[in-house]
Amino acid sequence: MSPPLLDVEGGGRGNAPLMSSSASGDCISQSGSGLKECNFLGLSDCSSVDSSAVSNVCEKNKNNLNFKATELRLGLPGSRSPERDSDFSLLSSGKLDEKQLFPLLPSKDGICSLMQKSIVSGNKRGFSDTMDGFSEIKSSVFTEGKWMFNANGSDSGTPQSVVEAKLAGNAGINVILANNSSGAQPSMKKEVPTRAPKEGQNKMNGSNNNSSAPAAKAQVVGWPPIRSFRKNTLATTSKNNEEVDGKPGPGALFIKVSMDGAPYLRKVDLRMYSTYQELSSALEKMFMCFTIRKCGSQETPDREMLGENKFKDLLHGSDYVLTFEDKDGDWMLVGDVPWGMFIESCKRLKIMKGSDAIGLAPRTMEKSKNQN
Amino acid sequence: MAYSFPEEVLEYVFAFLSSHKDRNAVSLVCKSWYEIERWCRRRIFIGNCYAVSPQIVIRRFPEVRAVKIKGKPHFADFNLVPEGWGAYVYPWISAMVRSYPWLEEIKLKRMVVTDESLELLSKSFKNFKVLVLSSCEGFTTDGLASIAANCRNLRELDLRECEVEDLSGHWLSHFPDNFTSLVSLNMSCLGSEVSFSALERLVSRCPNLRTLRLNRAVPVEKLPNLLRRAPQLVEFGTGAYSAENQTDIFSNLVEAFSGCKHLKSLSGFWDVDPAYLPAMYYACTGITSLNLSNATVQSPDLVELIIQCPNLKCLWRERELIEDMTTQVLDYIEDAGLKALPSYCKDLQELRVFPSDPYGAEPNVSLTEQGLVTVSAGCPKLQSVLYFCRQMSNAALITIARNRPNLIRFRLCIIDPQAPDYLTLEPLDTGFGAIVEHCKELLRLSMSGLLTDRVFEYIGTHAKKLEMLSIAFAGDSDLGLHNVLSGCESLRKLEIMDCPFGDKALLANAAKLETMRSLWMSSCSVSYGACKLLGQKMPKLNVEVMDERGHPDSRPETCPVEKLYIYRTVAGPRVDKPNFVWTMDEDAVLRLS
Repeated sequence: MSPPLLDVEGGGRGNAPLMSSSASGDCISQSGSGLKECNFLGLSDCSSVDSSAVSNVCEKNKNNLNFKATELRLGLPGSRSPERDSDFSLLSSGKLDEKQLFPLLPSKDGICSLMQKSIVSGNKRGFSDTMDGFSEIKSSVFTEGKWMFNANGSDSGTPQSVVEAKLAGNAGINVILANNSSGAQPSMKKEVPTRAPKEGQNKMNGSNNNSSAPAAKAQVVGWPPIRSFRKNTLATTSKNNEEVDGKPGPGALFIKVSMDGAPYLRKVDLRMYSTYQELSSALEKMFMCFTIRKCGSQETPDREMLGENKFKDLLHGSDYVLTFEDKDGDWMLVGDVPWGMFIESCKRLKIMKGSDAIGLAPRTMEKSKNQN
Repeated sequence: MAYSFPEEVLEYVFAFLSSHKDRNAVSLVCKSWYEIERWCRRRIFIGNCYAVSPQIVIRRFPEVRAVKIKGKPHFADFNLVPEGWGAYVYPWISAMVRSYPWLEEIKLKRMVVTDESLELLSKSFKNFKVLVLSSCEGFTTDGLASIAANCRNLRELDLRECEVEDLSGHWLSHFPDNFTSLVSLNMSCLGSEVSFSALERLVSRCPNLRTLRLNRAVPVEKLPNLLRRAPQLVEFGTGAYSAENQTDIFSNLVEAFSGCKHLKSLSGFWDVDPAYLPAMYYACTGITSLNLSNATVQSPDLVELIIQCPNLKCLWRERELIEDMTTQVLDYIEDAGLKALPSYCKDLQELRVFPSDPYGAEPNVSLTEQGLVTVSAGCPKLQSVLYFCRQMSNAALITIARNRPNLIRFRLCIIDPQAPDYLTLEPLDTGFGAIVEHCKELLRLSMSGLLTDRVFEYIGTHAKKLEMLSIAFAGDSDLGLHNVLSGCESLRKLEIMDCPFGDKALLANAAKLETMRSLWMSSCSVSYGACKLLGQKMPKLNVEVMDERGHPDSRPETCPVEKLYIYRTVAGPRVDKPNFVWTMDEDAVLRLS
C-alpha cells in the first residue's frame, strides 16, 4: 500500500519548505468568497494560514524534491494562476520518490464553464465546497505535520482540537471553526455567488439559483439510491391502496424517453411533474445537448443560453414533437389528454421529428373519445 | 517436493478449496501448482466483465463448469449509467459455447442479456442447469421461452429484479411435459400472467422444487393449489396478496400453508390485505427470512405478524436452527414495529428498511433513527443493515456502533442530501466515525447526511477491512478522498457522487487504483486533463470518461468530466464503448493532442 504521503515531521529535511496553502494569487476571483487552492498535499511548514502568503518565499527553498516537474494542477474554473508554481508536491519524503507517479503536465488555463454542467443536469455540486476557507484550515493542519490518522495521539486529541490548537492565534479561522462547531450551517461553505449554492438539506434538488431546474422536489439523478423497480412498485401499490387517497401518488413512475438521433435513452419519473409544461421543460434540459449539436452551435461559450432558446424553438416550432406509447402500444401525441389520464396510460416517451409524427394527432382525439 | 506429489493427489486436495481467494493463492505457489490448479478449476468469478476478456479466461481455465460475471457499476442501479453503456454478455456466451460445451451454470449481475444470448446458451450447453440473472436487462419473455424449451436439465431459473420486456406469460408453457428437474424458479420481476394450469402442472411434476417465487400477477386464490402440490417448498414468494371474496380463500390458504412444514423464506406480498396475513402464520415454523418490502402494510399489522406468529416464538427458543435471519420491510413498520423485533427475532442478522414514500415532503410514517437503535441494541447477531430514514443523529450512530461492533455491512440513507444531525445540526462525522472505529470487521459502508472531510479521516484511520464504500454529497476537499485512498487498505470498490473531489487526490493515489476493482466518480471535480494523464500513465487501468455533453475535447482540459469510471484490467481498452464513453490512454492522448 502506498505509505502515507505526508510525513512532514521533517525538520530533517532541511528547510524543506513547505508551502502554505494558498497564495492569494491563487484564488479564484469569485467576488471575494473564500475560494482558494488547497495545497493539502504540499508540505508546508509555513504554518501561517494567512492567505497573503508566502508561496514565493517557500518555493525557492525546495531542494530534494523535484517539485517543478511534479506540479499538481487543479483545474479550477476561471483560475489563471501564474503563481501556480507554488505548488503541490505529490510526495514528501525522498524515499517515496520512486512512488512518485509521474511528472504532471500543467493544466491549460482556460475557463471552464461549470455553468453548463449545472444546467444540464441540475444537480451538480457547486465547486465552492471544494475550495474555501475551511479547507485552508485543513491544509494548514496538514502543514503542521498532523495527518489526522497518523497522529499518534501525541498532542492531538480529536482532530477538532488539533485544528484549534494550531490556529489559536488566528481569530479569523477560529470564527470559521466556531461557526462550524456551533452547528449552524456554515454559510461560507456554501456561498459562491456564481455557483449553485448548496444550503444544507435537499437543496441539490433544484433551488439552484442559476438553473431553471424544476421545483424543490425535482429529483437529483441517482438520489435517493432506490432501484427503479422498487419505486415503480410503490407507485402502483399506492394507487391500489385506498389509504393514500388524497395524497398525490407518493410513488414514482419511471418511463423511458428516447429521442431521434440521440445516442441513448433516459428515464424520467412522471410523478415529478404535474403539468405538460413541467415535463416539457425537463425534457428540454435533458436533451438539449443533442439538439445543440444538430444546430451546430458548438463553439459558443454561452451555448447553453443560446441552446435553450433554440431548443424551445425547435420543440415548439414543429421540428420535434413529443409522443408517447400508450398501454395498447399505439404512438400518440403528447398533450391532448388530461395529465392524469396521460400518466396512467403512458408507457414510453419519444421525441420525434415533426415530419415523422404526422398523422398522430387525429388518432389521439378519437382514441380518447373512445375511451371515455 | 513438488515432484514427489502426484498431480492427482494435488488435484484432489484442491477440489476442497471452494473460495476463489484460496484458489488464487494456490495458483501462485509455483508453476506446477498453477498448472494443476488451472486445469481443475471449475468455478470462475469475474467481478468486472471488462477486467478480463473471455479469451484470456478460457485460455487459462479450460475446464470450467460455472461462471459468475458482473457488469455495470453499482450506481447503474440508480440510473446513473445511461443505456447502451455496455456489459453485454453475448461475447462471453459465444466464446464459452465454443470452449465450454459442458458449462452448467451462468450467474450474471448487471449485464445486458439479449434473447439471442439466451437462445444460444439454451441450445449449446447440453448439461445446462443454473441460470441466475440479477439486475439484468435486454431480454424478453421470448428468451425465457428458449430456456424453458431447450434446457432439459435445468434446475434453477432465477430472475432477480431484472428488467424484462414482457411480451406474454406464454414462456412458461414451453417447459416440456417430461421436464421434471426444476429446483428453483423465481419469476417475481415479471409482469404478465402465466398460464396457471401450466404453472400448476410444472409444480406438480417437479418433486425437487424447493424455491418458487411467483410474480404479482398470480392472485391469491391460486396459491392454495400451488402450495398443495409443493409441500416441500423451502422458499416461497406470493403474488398479489389480496382478493375480494374472502371466505373460502382464507380457509384454503390456512390449510395450504399449514401443509408446508419446511418453509424458511417468504416474500412477495404485493397489495397486501392484512386480513390474509394470519393465513401465513401456520407456515411459519422455521421461517428465517422474511421479505415484506413490497407490502404496504401498516405497522400494527406487521407487529401482529411478528408478535403473534407462533413460529417466531419458536425461533427464539430454537436458536440453533437458524442460519440466516433476514428481514426486509418497508418503513411502515415504524419505530414501534422495530421495537418488537428484538423480543421475537433475537437472531436477526440482516435488516433492510426501505422507504415507502421517498419523495414526499413530509415523513409519512413514524420511522426514525430510534428504530435502528432499538434493533441494534436487542439483536446481538445483527451484522447487516440497510436503512432509509429521514433523520439521524451522531448520538444514535455512536450508540449503534457501540451496541453492534460486529456489523459488517452498514448502509444508511438519510433521504435529504446533507441532512445534519437533527439534534445538534452538526455534521454526522463523529457518528460515522464511531461506526468505523467500533465495527472493526466492517466490509461495506454507505454514508449519507452532512459530512465533512473529517469523516474521511476517521475512515482512513479505522476502516482497515472496508472493501466497499459509497459516498454522496460529502466532504469538502481532496483531502477527504486522499484519506480514503491512502488509508483504506482493503478497499476494492469506491463509488462517489456529487462530492468536491478533484484531481489531486486521484493523481496522488493512482497506484492505489490498481489494487482496487473499480472507482466511480460522478458529478465531482476531476478534470479532463487529469483523466488523460491518469490514462496515459497507468496502462493497467481503463480510465473511462462518460460525458453527455459531447467529446471532452470540445471543452477546456480543466473542465471537470461528468462521470469517471476507472477499473483495472488485463484486457486493454473496451472495444464496445458507446459514443458517450471515451477511454483515456496513450493513443487517445496522442490522437487528441
